[in-house]
Amino acid sequence: MPTKRTASKISPRTVVLVTLAVGLGLPGALFAAILLLSPLTKPAVIDALVGRVLGVDPATWPWTGLAEGVAVGILAFILVNFGAIVSGMTVWWEMRVSSRMQSRVGYNRAGAAGFFQWIADAVKLLFKEDLIPADADQILFRSAPYFVMAGFALAFVVLPFGESLIAADLNVGVFYLIAVTALVVVGILLAGWSSNSKWALFGGMRSAAQVISYEIPAGVAVMVPILMSGTLSMQGIVRAQGAWPWQWNVFTNPASTVAFAIFFISQLAEGNRTPFDLPEAESELVAGYLSEYSGFRFALYFLVEFGNLWVMAAVATTLFLGGWQVPFVGPEAYAAARGAELIPGAAWWGLEALSMVVMVLKTLVVLNLIVWVRWTLPRIRIDQMMNLCWKYLVPWAFASFLFTLLWQLAVAGTPALATVSGIALTAATALLLVLFLRQTRANLVAMGDRVDLTNW
Amino acid sequence: MNLTPGKILGWLAGAALVAAFLVGMAQLAIGPAAGAWSATAAGPLGVRDVLFYVLAALTVAGAGGVAFARNILHSAIGLLMALLGAGALYVLLSADFLAVTQLLVYIGGVLVLVLFAVMLTSRIGEVNVSNASVGVVGGLLLLAAVAPVLVAVALLTPWRLIAPGPAVATTAALGDAFLTRWLLPFEVASMVLLATLVGAIVIARKEIKAD
Repeated sequence: MPTKRTASKISPRTVVLVTLAVGLGLPGALFAAILLLSPLTKPAVIDALVGRVLGVDPATWPWTGLAEGVAVGILAFILVNFGAIVSGMTVWWEMRVSSRMQSRVGYNRAGAAGFFQWIADAVKLLFKEDLIPADADQILFRSAPYFVMAGFALAFVVLPFGESLIAADLNVGVFYLIAVTALVVVGILLAGWSSNSKWALFGGMRSAAQVISYEIPAGVAVMVPILMSGTLSMQGIVRAQGAWPWQWNVFTNPASTVAFAIFFISQLAEGNRTPFDLPEAESELVAGYLSEYSGFRFALYFLVEFGNLWVMAAVATTLFLGGWQVPFVGPEAYAAARGAELIPGAAWWGLEALSMVVMVLKTLVVLNLIVWVRWTLPRIRIDQMMNLCWKYLVPWAFASFLFTLLWQLAVAGTPALATVSGIALTAATALLLVLFLRQTRANLVAMGDRVDLTNW
Repeated sequence: MNLTPGKILGWLAGAALVAAFLVGMAQLAIGPAAGAWSATAAGPLGVRDVLFYVLAALTVAGAGGVAFARNILHSAIGLLMALLGAGALYVLLSADFLAVTQLLVYIGGVLVLVLFAVMLTSRIGEVNVSNASVGVVGGLLLLAAVAPVLVAVALLTPWRLIAPGPAVATTAALGDAFLTRWLLPFEVASMVLLATLVGAIVIARKEIKAD
């Protein structure tokens, strides 16, 4: 509860209610907008709407292209805002988790559990002076944040939110995703160089070395689900998996479990997250490549850094963890609910919303895992980072790639293999989870401590 | 500048060569090209055409930036624009896989490596005028050599006009082609890359002396 210095008229109950309303309403409204807009802004639907509402032939009407463009623009606006809001809320979540892990109080002033802190921080950053160092390369210094932001925003084009909820189900989806993330590296390098500061330069160079290196294991690991699904399309990869854990890509092939681990680690490194946050190692480099940035430009970097957590988690979910697949709801169910209408009925929207809920829940679990990792592991040294990449991840990624080739041949002969592997690995994971929880409880008991959720 | 007879002779010979080249090009290429020039029937300007012109302008502007910037990092940004524009033009030609490959290989790989290499140079403080040009004379000579050929090719080639069809997925077809009909060139290209890698390591490796 926030403690006020002066007698405030706002009762604690109101604060909690307002916080809950904003905390659930804001993402809820964005999810609803994505749910509504992403199926309706497709060119085919817009064409049909133009024909039906305006009574003109969309093929000859001169403004059809403009109408399609405006529709896509609105969806893009919603998606970028979703990225920004999710980024801010991730900051809050991360700070709460970290303060709990470090036995601190953490955010607790603005709103219940300090939820409005991310809004306050953002507003503060917007009001700060936009400083540009006198000796900096003006053009590059100013433009670098936009590269970072573009690389982040473009990723949302192929992030699936549900069965039909995707901005564009590109035929080359995964490939596109890997390619646009490269823009972030360009932005970081430019920021590092143009700041004309040794801290920023070292940060930028470390970041570039790290991202270039880890792109290789990540790229090879991504090949495993691609090989298993036979497509590069994000939705195609999800469709090739089942809803239950033993039908997920991560479990139906032993090499894919390895690939998932490699992909997860590489994503952490590419996102400059601890334990791979050498580019902005505070104790050595002040703040790395963003040492000289302030105000809005600084805010953009942080927006991307935390928004990337959602992107990472959603991509991992899509490629390895079954995406939006809902148990007991197969493709026939969607097709039956879809019907032939231009605007489908409520049953279809319900199914879509359900698939979105599944996708979002899985994404949040992975996101939380990334946050846990950050506050659990210390930063590794640069030589250890390179060793890990080139001596361990790259060979293992290639090995799992080759194994998958053979595995796919074997599965084509005896399809039962995938099921056996899926069930065995799911059982093993469940067992590990149980052991982990038992050990946690045993540790707590041994310390004379108890599970305490009161300080939330 | 002290003029020796040899230098004067060299300049004269160069000038004669350039003049001969220009006259030859005018007869061989420009003349026929001017004759063959005819305006093709232009349709109404659609969204697609506007997009094309915007992207082409971006590409050309980027290429200009590469050529004219005095700072090598500004050149790199020009290169980024040009490569992005070319990638976008591939999208307009519904070559989706090629477009993304362009983005990944040239921006994610080549450009980042260029930036990285610039940062690793020792005299990074003097990078502001790092893009020394050959000078006006050299530039004009190059222009005289290249421009007629390019103009002639652009005008003389019987360009086929193809109505833009629906975008089709090209990835599977490309993969099939690489692993069947064009397998040998594909593999030979990877051998070239391997040789480059080995060469780079040999050059960069420091001999560790047992002392």
